[in-house]
Amino acid sequence: MYDFAYHKPASVADAVKLLAADPDAKLVSGGHTLLPALKHRLNKPSSLIDLSGIADLKGIKKVGNSIVIGALTRHVEVATSDVVTAAIPALAYMASHIGDVQVRNRGTIGGSVSNNDPAADYPGAVLGLGATIHTSKRKIAADDFFQGMFTTALEADEILTAIEFPIPEKAGYAKMKNPASRYVMAGAFVSKGPMGVRVVINGAGPGVFRQSAMETALAASWAPGAVAGIKQDADGLNSDIHGSAEYRAHLVGVMAKRAVIAAG
Amino acid sequence: MPQVTLTVNGKQHSVAVEGRTLLVELLREKLRLTGTHVGCDTSQCGACVVHINGESVKSCTTLAVMCEGAQVTTIEGLAAADGTLHPMQEAFREYHALQCGFCTPGMVLSAIDLVQKHPEGLTEREIREGLEGNLCRCTGYHNIVKAIAAAADVMHGKRDTIAAAAE
Ligand SMILES: Cc1cc2nc3c(=O)[nH]c(=O)nc-3n(C[C@H](O)[C@H](O)[C@H](O)COP(=O)(O)OP(=O)(O)OC[C@H]3O[C@@H](n4cnc5c(N)ncnc54)[C@H](O)[C@@H]3O)c2cc1C
Ligand code: FES
Ligand code: FES
Repeated sequence: MYDFAYHKPASVADAVKLLAADPDAKLVSGGHTLLPALKHRLNKPSSLIDLSGIADLKGIKKVGNSIVIGALTRHVEVATSDVVTAAIPALAYMASHIGDVQVRNRGTIGGSVSNNDPAADYPGAVLGLGATIHTSKRKIAADDFFQGMFTTALEADEILTAIEFPIPEKAGYAKMKNPASRYVMAGAFVSKGPMGVRVVINGAGPGVFRQSAMETALAASWAPGAVAGIKQDADGLNSDIHGSAEYRAHLVGVMAKRAVIAAG
Repeated sequence: MPQVTLTVNGKQHSVAVEGRTLLVELLREKLRLTGTHVGCDTSQCGACVVHINGESVKSCTTLAVMCEGAQVTTIEGLAAADGTLHPMQEAFREYHALQCGFCTPGMVLSAIDLVQKHPEGLTEREIREGLEGNLCRCTGYHNIVKAIAAAADVMHGKRDTIAAAAE
């Protein structure tokens, strides 16, 4: 790892100031994506701005008909939260299947969503529930936030502060995990509620996407059989040592069906 | 150089580190606590697991500077002052839950966190899932799982000794 300066601001405003002042600075939350990358010298930030001292970024609360989760909230906290489990059990289930215990003890929702790894779990739930991303500058709809592999609507000096999930009537998640890393090979997050009927596919393509043919079918009839016959096109899906695009296209149908069964 | 003050196995240390110093480097190279191992560079093997404020964490993927004020427990901090092993250590010995021993410090620390978080008890499946972050190249895991089940009984007061659980 190359060395860097270290800052631990106590407020979002101070963190934004540090970030704006240094184009080569990087934010760090749980560090479970950033530190492995730095260890391989894939990145050379001049300084790290540690968000972990900012109390405003922590916590889970129910506000009206939504669950609002602070950016620094760790996967273990979402997985074991009574508030989340009561309102959106599919979200707690998803968080409880990220990586392993130790990854969940450090990794945060803000880090995962800002990073937008195509194989990550959270982007599926955020888009699949039609959530709203709160930042240091504005609020962004999930439909506008994810912009393909490792790319989001966040600007260079913008910090993700919280995510607001509208409470659905039903939601379900299923993933085929890579047996070594537990990252997603192909996953589906389905929901029905204030944001309409959503079927979001993660892991399979270069970024999360909505599967509109399956959404139309589920809107007409909410049943596992409704998505089972719909073929996912393999064009544009990922092909790598873990699986071909054709295999992933097949998994999309299987995972969507399992997600609908899970949603009930 | 940044200075970090933390408590390791009950003893406070104040150490000068670089921004990039990992917690495992602080433990092994500065404090000479070499029981914590490094088995990979992809954050996957769990040989480096320690407790930070009671929770299991991969010390190879945690910056030392991020541990200011933290309470850290390593494998060296588990046995009592008179050398009596922690029930989890005793169970690993009793059940032959190790061969080369490289993964063992991380396994033991992960297992203690797992048992403490489940006062209601653990099924075999829950133990296996709880060990997803720890790889062992030698044992095939079966005896590790048995050891953890026995230690859980002792830690939760269902049996008095590991030997009794082994019967
Ligand atoms: C062995 C292993 C297995 C894993 N398995 C999975 C898995 O199965 N599924 C899965 O989804 N993930 C998995 N992960 C990734 C894990 O969930 C990460 O913790 C998560 O993706 C990133 O969160 P973090 O808090 O660690 O982010 P960090 O590593 O701290 O940061 C990640 C990136 O986001 C930026 N960032 C951080 N916080 C903010 C913010 N508030 N605003 C703007 N930018 C920010 C950082 O600058 C950095 O570029 C795994 C990781 C490991 C090491
Ligand atoms: S050394 Fe392998 S996970 Fe830390
Ligand atoms: S005992 Fe050898 S790696 Fe586990």
